[in-house]
Amino acid sequence: MKTMLRGNEAVAYAFKLAKINVFPMFPITPSTLVPEMISKFVANGELDAEFIPLDSEHSAISAAIGASLKGARVGTATASQGLALMHEILFIASGMRLPIVMGIGNRALSAPINIWCDHQDTMAERDAGWLQFYAESNQEGLDLILMAFKISEDKRVLLPSMVGLDAFVLTHTMEPVDIPEQDQVDEFLGEFKARYRTLDTKNPATFGAFGSPRHYMEFRYAQHLAMERAKHVIDEVFKEFGEKFGRNYSKINEEFTEDADIVFITMGSCTGTAREFIKMKRKEGKKIGLIKITVFRPFPKDEIRKALKGKKVVAVIDRNFSPGFGGAVYGEVLATMYGETETKIIDFIVGLGGRDITFQTFEKVLEIAEKSLEGEVEKINWIEVDKEAVEKEEMK
Amino acid sequence: MFEVRFHGRGGQGAVTAANILAMAAFKEGYHAQSFPFFGVERRGAPVQAFTRIDEKPIDIRMNVYSPHAVVVLDPSLLEIINVTEGLAEGGTIIINTSKSPADYDFNYKIATFDATSIALAHKLGSSASPIVNTAILGAYSKAIKNVSIENVMLAIKERAPAKKEENAMAAHEAYEKTILGWEK
Repeated sequence: MKTMLRGNEAVAYAFKLAKINVFPMFPITPSTLVPEMISKFVANGELDAEFIPLDSEHSAISAAIGASLKGARVGTATASQGLALMHEILFIASGMRLPIVMGIGNRALSAPINIWCDHQDTMAERDAGWLQFYAESNQEGLDLILMAFKISEDKRVLLPSMVGLDAFVLTHTMEPVDIPEQDQVDEFLGEFKARYRTLDTKNPATFGAFGSPRHYMEFRYAQHLAMERAKHVIDEVFKEFGEKFGRNYSKINEEFTEDADIVFITMGSCTGTAREFIKMKRKEGKKIGLIKITVFRPFPKDEIRKALKGKKVVAVIDRNFSPGFGGAVYGEVLATMYGETETKIIDFIVGLGGRDITFQTFEKVLEIAEKSLEGEVEKINWIEVDKEAVEKEEMK
Repeated sequence: MFEVRFHGRGGQGAVTAANILAMAAFKEGYHAQSFPFFGVERRGAPVQAFTRIDEKPIDIRMNVYSPHAVVVLDPSLLEIINVTEGLAEGGTIIINTSKSPADYDFNYKIATFDATSIALAHKLGSSASPIVNTAILGAYSKAIKNVSIENVMLAIKERAPAKKEENAMAAHEAYEKTILGWEK
């Protein structure tokens, strides 16, 4: 059924359709509407699940681990400081190989306090061993949550997933979303059966126990293999989803790249604005292409290398920043393209803390990218920042 | 693409109005998108919300900078903010007021309607804080015409958190009573 939904509502519907058994939670802006709706579904009897309000995000994700270990399908949602507070437990979830799925309202981190959009929260958890998906629209948010369950729960993977929807730009924006039929989702996901050892009083076991130097590295290596296998499982699940629901996904999405000299790389909600911008510029005869990254972990190295082969300039749009280096996506693309010396890779830091990403933003990106065709430009470019004000203050 | 900006005060329901308008446009067969100004909302503080309406899917996700219509839920806002900022030439201003379009001096098309008395007649809110956000959608339908009053009423019934019938009737009454300054 096609209807109008906000991003948070799309995420809540996805959890309902996935028939989660347990939803432990602690509310935080901008994802609060997700637990609000889940609690309503449970109270109305529309969803047969345990709704567990806790005292913090640290406890919420801990409860998620307990429930998942018991063999429940578990979902939760958080953002920003909430995700940061979960930090140490995220590694336990992935280390114990639990297929928890979490919706994230991608939001900046403090200080200064900021409730608006950027990707810093999930980027800071890049190495936590969770699969990471980024939605461009509310529809993608709903679909990716459903697919994340299927991918995470696959016996070849058994790793948790986070699905990011940009704060406000998606979480609070209402737009048409097709809510799939329950029986179709049931067919797609199948009945949940924990394909791992679970807590059982008849067969007591210890989970998450000590891993001495004799064993620890093997557990890490197993996680590496699972991430590598996930690449293939993601392709399989995306394909099956496309066949069943008619909406096609891929780890990276290429548009207008074939003849492009300059390729923009985007992630999340700014992709649509970039697409419209590129369409306008192509009418002026400018050969610009667009690559959207949907799956950030595991990082789609092969796909990106293939898509960028022979391109002159790659403009990476980073809605995050790793102080002392540059944008995180830029770093990954740079490493992926090692040895491809004819391709210039340039970083653009944009839209931090909710600064609006507009046609003007991309105009400035394009200006620098075009300049790099003729000569050298800065490797890392901060776009639409009042540099003068900062420099003046720093001089005091 | 048609873009609308709502000006209200925190608690008046500008965000809900933008959402219901998007829903009504969707029912009309359009693609639509609505969102609040991404700010910290406090009761009584000026707030903004936006709706985009188009025949094709809406891909852009930036703020609205040059709307075709602005809807003012609270006339006191006219004194403290420039509601016409960025308003496209030939654009429309829809104001909740007991005054008439001739009382205003804007170089735009002006429509007025008294949502406050309509809301009170339908027992929506209190005289200190009448709920005007559904009535204004009736005025919008009359002034802009890209969304029918029938679909506005349907969307209200679907999306209004309470008093669905009363809210829908308020929109209908506003539709009837809206004065279009450009129609003599």
